[in-house]
Amino acid sequence: MNSSTKVTPDATTGTGQTTLPQVTHTRNPGLPLDMDWVRGAQANRSAIERRTATLPGRRSVKKDYQAAWLLKAITCIDLTTLAGDDTEDRVRRLCAKARQPVRPDLLQALGMGPIHTGAVCVYHDMVATAVDALQGTGIPVAAVSTGFPAGLSPFHLRVAEIGESVQAGAEEIDIVISRRHVLTGNWQALYDEMREFRAACGAAHVKAILATGELGSLRNVARASLVCMMAGADFIKTSTGKESVNATLPVSLVMIRAIRDYHERTGFRVGYKPAGGISKAKDSLVYLSLIKDELGNRWLQPDLFRFGASSLLGDIERQLEHNVTGAYSAAWRHPAG
Amino acid sequence: MTIKEAFDTMEYGPAPESAAEALAWLVDGGDRFGHFIDGAFTAPGDGFESRNPATGEVLATLSQATQSDVDAAVSAARKAQGKWAKLGGHGRAKYLYALARLVQKHSRLFAVLETLDNGKPIRESRDIDVPLVHRHFYYHAGLAQLMESELPGHEPLGVCGQIIPWNFPLLMLAWKVAPALAAGNTVVLKPAEYTSLTALLFADICREAGLPKGVVNIVTGDGAVGEMIVSHPDIDKIAFTGSTEVGRHIRRATAGSGKALTLELGGKSPYIVFDDADIDSAVEGLVDAIWFNQGQVCCAGSRLLVQEGIAERFHTKLRARMDGLRIGDPLDKCIDVGAVVDPVQLQRITDLVDAHGNEGEVHRAACPLPEGCFYPPTLITGLSPASPLMQEEIFGPVLVGTTFRTPAEAVQLANNTRYGLAATVWTENINLALDVAPKLVAGVVWVNATNMFDAAAEFGGVRESGFGREGGWDGLHAYLKPATKTKRLKQLLPVDKPAEPEVTDPLDRTAKLYIGGKQARPDSGYSRAVHGPRGQLLGHMGLGSRKDIRNAVEAARGASGWAGGTGHLRAQILYYVAENLSARRTEFSGRLHGLTGQHTRTTEAEVDAAIARLFTYAAWADKYDGAAHSVPIRGVALAMKEPVGVIGALCPDEMPLLGLVSVMAPAIAMGNRCVLVPSEPYPLAATDFYQVLDTSDVPGGVVNIVTGSHAELAPTLASHMDVDAVWSFSSTDLSAVIETEAAGNLKRSWVNNRRNRDWMGPEGEGRAFLRAATEVKTIWVPYGE
Repeated sequence: MNSSTKVTPDATTGTGQTTLPQVTHTRNPGLPLDMDWVRGAQANRSAIERRTATLPGRRSVKKDYQAAWLLKAITCIDLTTLAGDDTEDRVRRLCAKARQPVRPDLLQALGMGPIHTGAVCVYHDMVATAVDALQGTGIPVAAVSTGFPAGLSPFHLRVAEIGESVQAGAEEIDIVISRRHVLTGNWQALYDEMREFRAACGAAHVKAILATGELGSLRNVARASLVCMMAGADFIKTSTGKESVNATLPVSLVMIRAIRDYHERTGFRVGYKPAGGISKAKDSLVYLSLIKDELGNRWLQPDLFRFGASSLLGDIERQLEHNVTGAYSAAWRHPAG
Repeated sequence: MTIKEAFDTMEYGPAPESAAEALAWLVDGGDRFGHFIDGAFTAPGDGFESRNPATGEVLATLSQATQSDVDAAVSAARKAQGKWAKLGGHGRAKYLYALARLVQKHSRLFAVLETLDNGKPIRESRDIDVPLVHRHFYYHAGLAQLMESELPGHEPLGVCGQIIPWNFPLLMLAWKVAPALAAGNTVVLKPAEYTSLTALLFADICREAGLPKGVVNIVTGDGAVGEMIVSHPDIDKIAFTGSTEVGRHIRRATAGSGKALTLELGGKSPYIVFDDADIDSAVEGLVDAIWFNQGQVCCAGSRLLVQEGIAERFHTKLRARMDGLRIGDPLDKCIDVGAVVDPVQLQRITDLVDAHGNEGEVHRAACPLPEGCFYPPTLITGLSPASPLMQEEIFGPVLVGTTFRTPAEAVQLANNTRYGLAATVWTENINLALDVAPKLVAGVVWVNATNMFDAAAEFGGVRESGFGREGGWDGLHAYLKPATKTKRLKQLLPVDKPAEPEVTDPLDRTAKLYIGGKQARPDSGYSRAVHGPRGQLLGHMGLGSRKDIRNAVEAARGASGWAGGTGHLRAQILYYVAENLSARRTEFSGRLHGLTGQHTRTTEAEVDAAIARLFTYAAWADKYDGAAHSVPIRGVALAMKEPVGVIGALCPDEMPLLGLVSVMAPAIAMGNRCVLVPSEPYPLAATDFYQVLDTSDVPGGVVNIVTGSHAELAPTLASHMDVDAVWSFSSTDLSAVIETEAAGNLKRSWVNNRRNRDWMGPEGEGRAFLRAATEVKTIWVPYGE
């Protein structure tokens, strides 16, 4: 994500390189903690599940539209590697894939110029390598931070970790919240923590990972979403990918409804990032339609929507080739990342 | 549009479902269809065109059934019925199972054909209608299998005439055919003339299932064909789903014919949103409530009641949601709202909104509207309950609304309607939800959900939304009757006045009416002398009139606290009545002997039976349990047995005490209040009995007794708009007049058709009475945190 000061309208419709749309919305500055609003938030699980269960039946994107949507999904992927065995070369390969996620002959056949993923997401130690590998591409590097994934290291170290990653060139910081603040209803503590993380990020954008699989209820997800936005989150994100349950449609619906509510009341747009468990092209289409229907087209751009995913891209590539040739594709026909 | 353009605009684009197979099926049938009678299609006759409402294209030409077609269908059904019933539960279950499987195998063909014919979005026919059809046949295969062991002593009604509407053509067919067949009946079904095609495909399926000839017969045509079915003398039951207006007509047309009748009619169902609800989910719920099937749903949540404090925010969110609805080609898999079934309906919706929309604030969804038979999703807020749009069923995608302040006011506004089909309640407070749900006058209540259906959960209405339930065990009872032999009931007349009255005791005892817990003189100021069989003057009976009925009903309505009390309390009071009657056993026996001249052994037996009967219903008062149905959701569907309300009853003439008790006790045990017209020839047992009631803590107004002429009082009772059900066991032939007059507010009626009942035997009490004294309310409560 680029700095909010650069405003270039309508970058996506330019010819040639299809760049990231520039950020044209005002960054969410946050607001004082509003406990009435937080406590008033409700989330009825059964109703929410019904909505998300019926959505794939209500919305269908076919043929060329489907190809276009899948290309859009790619531009919204935070291509991620968060493994203990990551090496610099592994990260460089990933960055190369981020720069050229789809075979050029396929893009040409689809009538598309070059595209790239929304970002590359790594641990702090790999930030410098990734920044270097992505030099001049406009692809931001995102760093997971604050004692990711559990967020239980000493607080001052968590804050310091943000600073280090920003220093190393990360333009986006994915922080993890302290789940215990949610589970004990200590909303003030959650707010204060998030406020400090946001401040430490400076110009870098901050994504608040709620670890929704560990929050106990959708109501807690709704309330934590609101608190993090009030504390200035630029994005709210479902999961670290390390919880036993990661991004789901019901959780997503709760979070994007919180984003919508926040926008309705304050005018500020906050982005959304589901992460973990989205590995099929078909799933990505359902997510995009959920965003489109609940939040509107404005959110279908990488400055407001990202998939945190590692294997999704491979499935999309196969679907795109199928769209071009009419024959089902195979994984080995697409360059590895 | 290029991929690049689609990438930039992120529009959905077209996603059409192919109509090829469905159209091929029509071509295979020659695009012309006859009726399905006795296992075969008749040659296509003169008829009418069936059109695709979305395009106006003619899909097929259908035949208009003649009287001889209907006669042939009924006679085929009659011929097949005995054998079908004798096949036994398991034998019938096998066929119902086959039908379920065949619907499943041809599910997409059914769905596409339904959408072509009706205009509903393919998503709905594919994901809702057809799966529910399939489920309905499966479930009823199970009921057929279990019926003999679970419901001994019951037998099928015979031949059922079934008339179904155009909004859920195949689903309503399933709701009618499956229970009828499970119970051992055969059917003559008429689909709506707009939407007959899936019924004809179903006929095809019946042949594939090897269903015996004549078990299912399908005749097509307009209301005239419906009329022929309704008035056909060899049909035993009519089941109708459709408008209240036609339902009322059918009630009158079948009055006194002895035909069983169930009606599932219109609605104006409230959709209540409390301020602690999950507002976004409640908004989304409205998409399923009123924009499901273009709002052409009898139980559509069409009356929005929002708590004042959140109303503005709620309406703003709702308008935004409406603007995101997609309306268009029903075969497109990305469409929310399809075509209205016919231009006639479109005109009706348009006229209603145009005439009264200006009474509120109208918002039409900003989505683009295709040419043709489409109406935009519409919200009209700020209406007062007095607006016709708040009272009349629009049967289109039009939501009307107002606000409320308190839960009590929400209930009051929700119930301020002639209808009583369904209601929806949104709140995160379980106390509030479970307090409000029983207070809503409706057959179905959804909590934090809407328009949920399942074969295991009873569906049906109260008030002018009709009577009878479909689905569940209760729905099966609508196709069964007790297997007892009855005889024609002879009219019992009062003993004529002798030439010379014999006065045995000069000390006068004045028998009065009993209204609101007080003895009341008849408004008419007239009395009739009551004589014993040998002419002795036993006393006088006040001649009750329409005014007395009015007062009694008012007293009964006022005693609504009785319904809210516990079954335990009602049991205690019934036991107490029995105790006090027992204390006066000899006196009552003497009274009965004096009135009827029967042997003392007989009259003692009657008093003893009355005491036992009071015990029976005291026992039942806290044991006629509801159910928690096994429905395929995470949640419960509670079948609550609620009192019907105010029951007016003409008591048996032949057993002056036991007859009255047999009618009164089940009614009040279940929480009803009643207005009883006791035995006409022998009224004085009842007027003695009110003294027993008086000393037994029965609250005033719970039981009201108006003596008088059955023939004179029956029409008043049956036509009274504040009476919820009327029963007649009179020996006077009143069934026709009662059923005719009951059509006014479509109250439930239970009449004897001048057949006798053995009040001393098992058929004089039990579940049949309890069923008549209760309404099943299905309360759906999905849960999950």
